[in-house]
Amino acid sequence: MTEPVLEVTGLTKHFPVSIGGLLHRRTGWVKAVESVDFAILPGETLGLIGESGCGKTTTAKLILLQEKPTSGSIRFEGEDILAMRGDALMRYRRAVQVVFQDPYSSLSPRMRVRDIISEPLEIHTDLSRPAIRERVEEVLDLVGMQPDVADLFPHEFSGGQRQRIAIARALATDTRLIVLDEPVSALDVSIRAQIMNQLEHLQATLGVSYLFIGHDLASVAHISHRIAVMYLGHLVELAESTELCAHPLHPYTQALLIAALPAHPDDKQERLTISGEIPSALAPPSGCRFHTRCPHAMPRCAEEVPERKIVAPNHSVACHLYP
Amino acid sequence: MVPLLEVSDLRTHFTSFGGARVIKAVDGISFTLNPGETLGLVGESGCGKTTTCLSIVGLLPDAARIAGGRIDFLGDDLTKKTQRQMRSIRGRSIAMILQDPMASLNPLFSIFWQVAEPAYFHQHIHGKSLRERVRELLRAVRIPSPAQRMRDYPHQMSGGMRQRIVGAIALSGGPKLIIADEPTTNLDVTIQAQYLDLLKDIQRETGVAIIFVTHNLGIVARMCDSMAVMYAGKIVEYGSVRNLFNAPKHPYTKALLGSITKLGSKEPLYAVPGQPPNLAHLPPGCAFHPRCPDAMPRCAIQEPVETRLGPDWTARCWLAATQPAKEAYDRAST
Repeated sequence: MTEPVLEVTGLTKHFPVSIGGLLHRRTGWVKAVESVDFAILPGETLGLIGESGCGKTTTAKLILLQEKPTSGSIRFEGEDILAMRGDALMRYRRAVQVVFQDPYSSLSPRMRVRDIISEPLEIHTDLSRPAIRERVEEVLDLVGMQPDVADLFPHEFSGGQRQRIAIARALATDTRLIVLDEPVSALDVSIRAQIMNQLEHLQATLGVSYLFIGHDLASVAHISHRIAVMYLGHLVELAESTELCAHPLHPYTQALLIAALPAHPDDKQERLTISGEIPSALAPPSGCRFHTRCPHAMPRCAEEVPERKIVAPNHSVACHLYP
Repeated sequence: MVPLLEVSDLRTHFTSFGGARVIKAVDGISFTLNPGETLGLVGESGCGKTTTCLSIVGLLPDAARIAGGRIDFLGDDLTKKTQRQMRSIRGRSIAMILQDPMASLNPLFSIFWQVAEPAYFHQHIHGKSLRERVRELLRAVRIPSPAQRMRDYPHQMSGGMRQRIVGAIALSGGPKLIIADEPTTNLDVTIQAQYLDLLKDIQRETGVAIIFVTHNLGIVARMCDSMAVMYAGKIVEYGSVRNLFNAPKHPYTKALLGSITKLGSKEPLYAVPGQPPNLAHLPPGCAFHPRCPDAMPRCAIQEPVETRLGPDWTARCWLAATQPAKEAYDRAST
């Protein structure tokens, strides 16, 4: 079996909640991520899907070392990233890059495209100026842009072009994994398709891995090889994307599938079986976090947190319905 | 049947630099809407969807004015109405639901007052019956324990609940037409599905007509009867949702349909090259021709005329026009 690029085990992040200005009284914990496990293989796209507050962005931040996990480990090519120091840490930061949702705020308006893309190269490599210049033009070409745009400023581009620049920046160093935090949500539909195709093409040619975060099942399923479904900090189901769409097992995944919008007016449309809203992460329900909205909830669900078990090859689910 | 709303050749222009520069945000669009029907107004950002809606409700910004055309609503031309007259129409017969529920609710007033306002001013309901009416409206949009929740303020509600409150306000005046401008873009997927189901139920119960402004064709497939595809201020194709999804005639409609992700499909998406155009610098001829895969020399020179393809089906494309329109008409009607 190939070694995963990134392996996450038992990842947990709790944020303290405090009240009061002068005397901070800690009143509780937001359990943003609770013992999440997954692995990303080389050249693979793992989709991470869930609704707001489910912990998908916190997971991304933990991987990017923007937050320190409460417990659990993240291993990059077999090495624990939390123990990394010095050169090893720089190597990790070079290999793992990020593309954010909003290309209007993720590119500095005061820097030229050339400087935006060459900044990681200046920090992480000892390439000479002409070599950097060449590399900038190379990655711009990779994302389908002309080399002469390098001297322009971000405001001269549309949203889709800006997102291409952000992708070019992420690719500039010797990147192995890109965390894509809802990279197409802010774009127009026709541009969205361009960027999705571009990302797939880049993966096919460069073999880079993606962690694709989104909330729209159809687009996540399109680009991902495997999908992890999160609900209130728990990873509830993980399967290959075609398998997940054909045989969703967890009631929440089934609900997401029903809630996905049809591609044609004649498509079968069911009514959503779940009701209510996502509970607050401050006071999450006991037991299975989904039991308050689940149509199949049993008394056991309110008491015991279901463990994620493998039910079919490459398909695991955390639900008491599947013993 | 007498149409509820008939927009004919509507033109809304923005002028700047003292009239030196005119931007045709809405450039000669026509559509009709019958009672109880849902129309999807589809297009990318900057194509004139929102300006169309603001023209209908008479809430255009100062720089914009209606330069021509008619908006016939229940037999009256809305473009001829004064602001004073429009005030008695807005909220009473035409209601609007906007994208961001937090921005459309006033944080300083309780839910009760905000939902009650249209009923109070337009239908002159007071006191106890007003209280009863608000409770009824909140129940209609599925707010749990409405009697308690109507004393709350917007910040005490979740995003999905706030959007349902906005829905209750829209229903409060008893409208004939609701204009929903991307009402679900800020909502989570399961909440969005609940909200769309709710709107459908409300429509079934009250028979209100809905104009759904969106760039999401999935919502159109789920909610709408007919759709109008807008590009650079013009309706490039207009017809029933089923016709347009089954046999789109305009290359832009085809492109939009090809770019939606189908669940479980791994086929590469069809992506139109290029960007939506800047309305201030439109290309000559057909505005879509620089991006069009089927563009002909003629497209760069002459603007395509509207071609009737069926009883309720028009397209603005030279490709559709070259086929004898009569033949297409006969095919569609048999």
